[in-house]
Formats: sequence, structure tokens, C-alpha cells
Amino acid sequence: MNAVDASVARPVARLLSGNHACALGAVAAGCRFFAGYPITPSSEVAERMSRLLPVVDGVFVQMEDEIASMAAVIGASMGGVKAMTATSGPGFSLKLENVGYAAAAEVPCVIVDVMRGGPSTGMPTRPAQADLMQARWGSHGDCPIVVLTPASVREVYEQTVRAFALAETLRTPVVVLYDQAIAQLTETVELPPEGSIVQVERRWASGPPGGHQPYAAGDDGVPAMARPGAGYRTHTTGLTHAEDGFPSQKPEVVARNQARLQTKLARNRGRHEAFEALHCDDAEVLVVAVGISSRAARRAVEGARQRGVRAGLFRPVTLWPIPEDALRAAAAGARAVLVPEMNAGQLVLEVERVLRAVKIERLNRYDGEPITPQQVAARLEALAREIR
Amino acid sequence: MLDSAAGFEVRDYLRLSMMPHFLCPGCGHGIALRALLWALHETAIDKDRLAVVSGIGCAGRLSAYVDANTYHVTHGRPIAFATGLALARPDLQVVVITGDGDCLAIGGNHLIHACRRNLKMTCLMLNNEVYGMTGGQVSPTTSESMLTTTTPLGNAEPAFDACALATAAGAGFVGREVTHHVPKLKELIRQGLRHPGFAFIEVLSDCTEIFGRKNELGSSPEMILRQKSEIRPGAYRDTVDTPFRSTDLRTGVLAVNDRAEYGEAYRRATAAARAAAGRR
Repeated sequence: MNAVDASVARPVARLLSGNHACALGAVAAGCRFFAGYPITPSSEVAERMSRLLPVVDGVFVQMEDEIASMAAVIGASMGGVKAMTATSGPGFSLKLENVGYAAAAEVPCVIVDVMRGGPSTGMPTRPAQADLMQARWGSHGDCPIVVLTPASVREVYEQTVRAFALAETLRTPVVVLYDQAIAQLTETVELPPEGSIVQVERRWASGPPGGHQPYAAGDDGVPAMARPGAGYRTHTTGLTHAEDGFPSQKPEVVARNQARLQTKLARNRGRHEAFEALHCDDAEVLVVAVGISSRAARRAVEGARQRGVRAGLFRPVTLWPIPEDALRAAAAGARAVLVPEMNAGQLVLEVERVLRAVKIERLNRYDGEPITPQQVAARLEALAREIR
Repeated sequence: MLDSAAGFEVRDYLRLSMMPHFLCPGCGHGIALRALLWALHETAIDKDRLAVVSGIGCAGRLSAYVDANTYHVTHGRPIAFATGLALARPDLQVVVITGDGDCLAIGGNHLIHACRRNLKMTCLMLNNEVYGMTGGQVSPTTSESMLTTTTPLGNAEPAFDACALATAAGAGFVGREVTHHVPKLKELIRQGLRHPGFAFIEVLSDCTEIFGRKNELGSSPEMILRQKSEIRPGAYRDTVDTPFRSTDLRTGVLAVNDRAEYGEAYRRATAAARAAAGRR
């Protein structure tokens, strides 16, 4: 690898792994700080970043543990530098402490979680999709978070770029969640030409420092951030705070500031919602899947269509918050829904919450192998026969 | 000695809107904070370029009182947050305020590796021998046999010598001082702030309301006088009971190590990659 990795002169088809694409996407998006800790199957992201970042005057640091690497990422971002870390389930569990801090203090950052089999040490070299709920609910308290679920190497690049844009514009931690199969899968990817990626910046505080309210926000609920050195001398805390940034437990102050934080993502749905709806307009049987499982589902849906089955695929690209209106619309004509996922049943719980009055079937696999198109096809076509 | 305070007005460095502070009467942390601000004054710090990062606990609350860029982060992690901040923003002067539990128990790993890495920052560990904020539980620096809410029959664990730990782990600058000697404490912190690498300073502070009360160590004046007896055993034996810290802790500058500062070492190690990119 050499310096050319950091920036490509014109669209070039390259053979990349998911983890390599993630690192390239991060640097293209303006990431200039990476802190991490070795863990399979995400370590290639750190390895690539350690070579890419010095070339663009960034900093790579391998910290003493997962907790420290998340803390360092937040520290760098508080300093005004776009920052990222990458890990897998066991490390993600440890990082979630400080992910909660980033959510509470509204510090932009990107966390890559490459899912492997679990629980605990599980299967370090085998894929799983068992952190879907952990990514949403893993940090304590009502902790708002955005989670993106790319399904291909190309999409890992694109969604990593997008993760930075969302983290910056919404001042929130953003998780890029994919699995070992996509991480270490090698695919041909056409990268965008150099300089074509817009590096989105958070809104910086402007105006006189006197009386500056670091957590006062406009209609979108996203406060401008004060850059250290710009004269604002603000306070940042994980304690519940007032608009001035200082701790408060006064019920009316907490209620007001929590309401803004808790509705921030809902108020900005148009900015973060992303999904793919394939053949959903007339679908009788709808498959809802993310990541690598959605690729098996796509093959199965296309095959079923060829055999006259009205099948459709709804694929959340932003998994959390789930694009629920779009999911409802996609399922409007469906009489059965199939949720294939590589875990014991997680995404299906959210699908059941959103789509109440429809038959919802599970297809789960947790033996360290991806769900195959044949598995999805068999269940899908059986469901189609059942509802006839 | 106090004449050197000329020109220093503590109010200039405090957020007066945060007063009154929440520290208990007699707590040594306020003395330590004043010494830090005095030292910052003497190094002609630009408050806009000063970043104070603190963890959780009584010591953790101090950052909010400093008129600077201040960060009150998660328990045990201030050094790790500060590492990211200092690497991303080498133009900032980074000061960490932490406590004995924050720094040596839950954050112990971060301290060890920060010493080894030797990234420029000044870490002030306020050692009051107890988890005060949570009601007085035993900490890694509680002296043996002392009573706390979780050692009701006396502490059976030996106390950590944080400075020996920091020295062994390679910290660029290591020192210890007591809140009794404010000018000396200020001077030690000033040296730490000027040190180009990782400076670790342990401040022996007193928790009067919880630890002192539990162990019948008297109120603030008595506890501060005890500091003299334990630092210079024998000198004040007549005025206090036996020292409440069982070891004779040395004070002053305990270690100076002029090895490479991490930020510079990293820039040097990666210079070739940047140069290659420039030539391209």
C-alpha cells in the first residue's frame, strides 16, 4: 500500500475488502484521527488507517484498550477533528460506556462494529448479525444513536462517508455496522474521483463568546459546537446539563434539554433515513433484511419474481432509527413478512413493533455461516403458498 | 514565599458563576485547585488554549470551576480523553484533574500507558484516600487498617504508591506534594506544566467530612498538620497523633525523564509518509 490509497485521481475500479473500503471512506470524508485496539475481524480498518492518516496529516494511535480508544476518539472530536474507531462485538461492549458520553455531550464520532459470532468471545472469524440491538440499546439510559448497515464493500465506503456527515450535522455518535463476511469479502469497487466527496463539517459556534449557550439549539435541535481555542471556553459534561453546558438536575431544565436530545433524531428524519425498497409496490411476501443477509434475500426475491411470486425486499440502510414509515409503506400490500437474520431474532422484534397486523416469520441462523439465497427462497416460497 | 503570589488573583481563573463550589468545608481539593491556578498564572497560560479534563468523583468536579475549555468525562477515563484531545490539538495545554479512585482503580490502565507513551499533558491526581463522592468507600490509596464504609473492620489492603507506579511506567515527570505546602505545591505543578512530556503529580489532599470523621482524624487543621508529620516524621509528633498514612511518603520532584515526547515521536516516525505525499 502507498500514498495513492488516500486519494484517487479519477474513478478507478479497485479490488477492496470491506475493511479497506471503510478506511478509504473515512479518510475521504475528512477523518483525521483514529484510535483503536486490535480485534478480529475489524483490525484491518486500524491497520489501513495507520498508513493512511499520516499521509493526510492525521493521527493514528493504538490505545491500551477498547475503552481508551473510544475516549480518545471523543477527545479528538472535542478538539474539532473528525475521528473514528473500529471494533467487533466484545470491544463494542466496552466502547458503549463512552458512546453514551458522546450521545449525552453531543460529540460527533464514528464507531465501526464488525459483527462476529457471540455471545462473549464467540466466533472471532465467523460472521453474525447479533449486535443489531446492542448498537441501538447497548449504552445505558435513553441513548440516541444512528446506526448504518451497509450490505456490500462499495456500500461500506459510501456509508462510512455518510456516517461522518451524519455525525457532524446531527452531533451524534454514528455506528457503521457490518459483519465479518462483508469486512473481509473482496469486491470490485469504483471509488468516486478525488475531491468529489464533500467533507461535511459540524456547525461551529460563531458570534461573541460572552453569554454563549453551547447547548442552545435552533429548530433542528442541533447546537453549534464551540471549538477550543476560539475563545468560548465552554464546559462539556456527561452529567445532565442546561443550555449553558453546566450540570443541572432542576426538573424543568432537565425536561427541556432531554426533550431536545431525545427528539433530535426524530426532528431530523429526512437527514438520516435511508432504505432500499425492491419490488415492494405489489409485494405479497415482503422480506426485511440488512447487511449480508439482504444480499441472500435479494437473490431469493429476484428468483421468486421469475417464478411468479410477488415478493419484495425492504432493506434499511439506516437501521436505527428504523425508517418506519417507509417500512409500513413497503409492507402495505404484504400478507406475510419474512425476516432473515444471522442471530437468534433481533431485527424481527423491530419489524413486529412497526408492522402489527401481518404474519411475520423468522429465519435465523447463528452457526457462523451466512444465510444462503436458497434458505431465504425456500421459506419465502413456502410463505407464498401458505397465504394463497 | 507568599510574595511570589503577586499579580495572581484566583478569581481571574475561576468561573465565578459556579460559586459557591460544592466541596465540603475543610476539603483539600480547593487548596489544590488554587495551587494549580496559581501555577497556570505563573506560566502565563492563555486560557483559550487551556484544556482541563477531569473524571468522576470529587476531583472530577473541579474542571467546571476553571475558566478554560473544560471537559468532565467518564469515570477513570480523563487521561484517555485527554490523549485524543492532545494528539488532535497539540496547540492546547492539556491538564488532567483526577482522583485516587478515578486514576488508580478504574483508570489505572490509562495512567500506566500514558506514562509509557509520554504524551505532553499534566496529570494532577488528588489523593484523599477515599471515594468521597459515593459516600466514603475504600480506595486504592486508603491506608491499611483505616475505616471506610466498605472496610467497616479496617482496610486489609495495602495502599498504592502512585508516584512509584508512574515512575516505573516511564512518566517524564513525577512529583508529590501536600496541600499543607501551597507554594511548594504550586512550584511543583509549575514545573510539571513546563515539562515537555507526561507529568504526573500526586497531591495529598484531605477528605475531612467523610474519611476524617469516620477515622476520628479531627477537622481540617488537624488533618493538615498530620500531613507534616507523615512527610517529615518526627517534626510534629507533639502536635498530632500518629500519622494516618502508614508510609513515609516523599515529596517534591521524584523523577524526571527526558525521553521523547509522544506527539513529536509520532510525527518523526511518520514524517517519511508525509514527505512522500508532498512529493507526489
